[in-house]
Amino acid sequence: MSAIPAALATATGLGGAGALAGVVLPYRLRVPVVGALTAGVGVSGCGAGVAALGGGSWAATFPGVLPLAGTYLAVDALAGLFMAVAGAVVAAVAVYGIGYATGHGAHGLGSRTAQTALPLFALTLVLVPVAASVSTFLVLWELMALASLLLVLAEHAERASVRLAGVWYAVMTHLGLVLLLAGFALFAADAGGESFAALRAGASAVSPTVRGLVFVLTALAFTSKAGAVPLHAWLPRAHPEAPSPVSALMSAAMVNLGIYGLVRTGLDLLGGGPAWWWLGLMAMGGVSAVYGILQAAMTSDLKRLLAYSTSENMGLVLIGVGASGLFAAYGDRLLAALALAAGLLHVVNHAAFKALLFCAAGSVLRATGVRDLDRLGGLRARMPATAGLFAFAALGAVALPPGNGFISEWLLLQSLIHGLQVPGVAVAVVLPLSVALIALSAGIAAAAFVKALGVGFFARPRSEEAAGAKEAPALMLVGMALLGAACAALALVPGLLGDGLDRAVAAVGLPGGGAVSGGALKVRIADLSASLAPLWVVAALTAALMLAIGLPRLYGRRRRRTNARLWDCGGGAPTPRMAYTATSFAEPLQRVFDDVLAPEQDVDVTPVRESAYLVERVRFQRRVPDRIEHRLYEPLLRTIAGTGQAARRLAGGSVHLYLGYGFFGLVVLLLILAVGW
Amino acid sequence: MSAVGYTSVAGQVLVVGGGAPLLTGWMRQIRARLEGRAGAGVLQPWRDLRKLLRKEPITPVGTGPAFRAAPALLVATTVVAAALVPLLSTDTPVRGHADLVLVVALIALGTMALALAGLDTGTAFGGMGASREMTVAALVEPTILLSVFALSIPAGTTNIPAIVSGAVHEPARLTSPAGLLATAALAVAVLAETGRIPVDNPSTHLELTMIHEAMVLEYAGPDLALVELGAQMRLTLLLGLLSSLFVPWGIATSASWTALAVALVLLAAKLCLLGAVLAAAEVFWAKVRLFRVPELIAGSFLLALLAVTASYFLSGAS
Repeated sequence: MSAIPAALATATGLGGAGALAGVVLPYRLRVPVVGALTAGVGVSGCGAGVAALGGGSWAATFPGVLPLAGTYLAVDALAGLFMAVAGAVVAAVAVYGIGYATGHGAHGLGSRTAQTALPLFALTLVLVPVAASVSTFLVLWELMALASLLLVLAEHAERASVRLAGVWYAVMTHLGLVLLLAGFALFAADAGGESFAALRAGASAVSPTVRGLVFVLTALAFTSKAGAVPLHAWLPRAHPEAPSPVSALMSAAMVNLGIYGLVRTGLDLLGGGPAWWWLGLMAMGGVSAVYGILQAAMTSDLKRLLAYSTSENMGLVLIGVGASGLFAAYGDRLLAALALAAGLLHVVNHAAFKALLFCAAGSVLRATGVRDLDRLGGLRARMPATAGLFAFAALGAVALPPGNGFISEWLLLQSLIHGLQVPGVAVAVVLPLSVALIALSAGIAAAAFVKALGVGFFARPRSEEAAGAKEAPALMLVGMALLGAACAALALVPGLLGDGLDRAVAAVGLPGGGAVSGGALKVRIADLSASLAPLWVVAALTAALMLAIGLPRLYGRRRRRTNARLWDCGGGAPTPRMAYTATSFAEPLQRVFDDVLAPEQDVDVTPVRESAYLVERVRFQRRVPDRIEHRLYEPLLRTIAGTGQAARRLAGGSVHLYLGYGFFGLVVLLLILAVGW
Repeated sequence: MSAVGYTSVAGQVLVVGGGAPLLTGWMRQIRARLEGRAGAGVLQPWRDLRKLLRKEPITPVGTGPAFRAAPALLVATTVVAAALVPLLSTDTPVRGHADLVLVVALIALGTMALALAGLDTGTAFGGMGASREMTVAALVEPTILLSVFALSIPAGTTNIPAIVSGAVHEPARLTSPAGLLATAALAVAVLAETGRIPVDNPSTHLELTMIHEAMVLEYAGPDLALVELGAQMRLTLLLGLLSSLFVPWGIATSASWTALAVALVLLAAKLCLLGAVLAAAEVFWAKVRLFRVPELIAGSFLLALLAVTASYFLSGAS
């Protein structure tokens, strides 16, 4: 199996060359060369991943590469799945990125820093799953975080909100790193080694309390990277503010690695655990799914909507992973394998459609400079290819047939519905609730994406920027078309992934159930069964569509369509200002979920000077703030800031006082030593 | 076998497609009689459709492909769903594909297409209808899937023919608390999905209270005919689905022509009865305010949740 190391070496070489080219080359050459090299990183990374999914594996140790610890690398099918996804996303987005950064000027994504960080980020996305020891993993993980931070900050000179997003992202990702470090240090100390092989071997000897602590610490870090509520606060800030190709990479490839880490640590290294771990994970997933998509349905910022939808989808994946662990904890390994396969399949599907959605949003942003849905509209006539691709990806995101999201959500629902045969009251309570939450999130997702597509792309333009939009350049369209083709392939023949998915599930020690194979999905466990054939559904829908279009034409006498003015109940030809906006579209849902969202509104009435009854001006303002950020993070930050302020009094500037502290500290230390502790 | 099977699939599509206007006419007639009016006759919806189909197709200026494609898509999703749901026979060539989750998703796809068309017009009413329709659809989704869950527990699958034939052979499943609760929950969900009173009033003429009608205000001629036919077919299909799931007797479980003929007659009788009950109930009910609809749906959700738990604990006890 020399294909995997060769592909990985190629990826590393190309990534290094890309970073070098980013530093050295002048602006004109920089963007295309770096883009091409990054795409090469993606292709070779994807190649390595596919080779691993095809049954290959590889492991190597380079003692000299990292001081003290050495570098451990290993590729199995689970790593291969995430490498293949990251590589494919990187390759397509890099092509898109060349078109995006060309002609944008040598600032933002075209700047030297950003173009240096881009290939490094791409490389780390592919390499993180290859790491097979704690130190190697953490180094790559941190490199990935730093490279992505630089990229998030690419447009810092243009908007102050970028800098704020950067601060949030930097702080949260490093808090995550600290948690990971603590968790893994604890684990490695008790298991007697820091390579993953040693951890795996020593995990059974670790006491249950330590195992639980390790799981909680690492799970918090990984779910924060995956953007799960309530640790999501960085995500809806960083993803919208980053340049769109970077948003696509973060949302479609980076957050996946949080799931990877969770599966690797929880199911593989720790070898599963008690039910409460997984119940906690499922609760987090359910809350993320519903809260994330609810916020997405409320916001009128196109990229923020997509970012929150990432939270939702990662929540669904967490439900799958959690259910898998839960079933395994109750001893039903076949069902556990099915739930994990559903979760992993959703990771793949989400990566495909979310990368495409962010790219399409990016080309809208590039053409109009506007992210606010309330000021967009009418783009389907001005940017038909972008609008079509966005619509296609949105079909995947709303989890309706024939989109690709439907397939993985169907599999997830099947695993949960069939999970009721697992004994245990906890299961009986959690599974129906999970199904309900998945259904609710799918329903609200439909509303959110109807809003994004219907308000953002349909009807007529609501601003001059939208009216003057032009279709994206060819390279951007090529990148998006590649992603669109991936979505279509996943939607029509998920069986292509079947064996690879089974191997990835088998890599954590669960028996692959062969749920996805050939052109159809089949679930067959004991006396349970279900099947879904996406190609058949598409064929039937096409035939029915022909029927529905053809029959009335045969019957009707006049076939030529004539144009007429919009009727609008006799009002006639409404202006774009009268059209429904994204805010008004979301209003009923916001009213229904009033207690959850807690919107803030104020009405400011200014009367004329002569009389209190005559109104001169009424100002109405409404915001739907992220309530968790509002109620959880802000008080916490205030407390920390308050403690800091209070502690300032300790340092008054008097040297006597500082000497006193020194004396006092020494005495306390000596006393402790004297007592003999 | 296959001739009977293919005939029954074609028969299901024809019953839903051709019978839908008749069912609507029947319900309107019953309503009219109960309200003391003469009524326009059972065939009136057919006559309306014929008239609309012969008119000139109109494209309002400023609308796009979504607006033009939505009516056909609405009908197409319903046709596929009608082919899948075992209205006449459980022994059809497509029975392997007849997954309940798929049918629910197909119906949601039709709803979404129409909502996008409403937004595509760029009028205030179109957007308003789309927004309300999607809100109701989003809230109904958990109820439907939980009912699906409850129904699939005794059968061990979400395959509808398996659920239906299981219920035919083991009628105790239907009279169990879980079955009854799931029936009630799904019935409310069907009312919401098809836009009937108390969720929406299909014959309203006041734009501000409309949900479904507000989305389709801009349609005219053959497009309007398809939209109306689509809505009528959805009602027929969902009532048929309810009857298949909860009164499955008479549905052919084997491939024989007599069984199919009996199933056809019984299906017509069941649909007429269900339609009559719904029409009679609508005379006495009022449409609830839009923001009271979530309460209704939350109630049905609770029933569905109870159905699942009842099904789990009762089956565990036995």
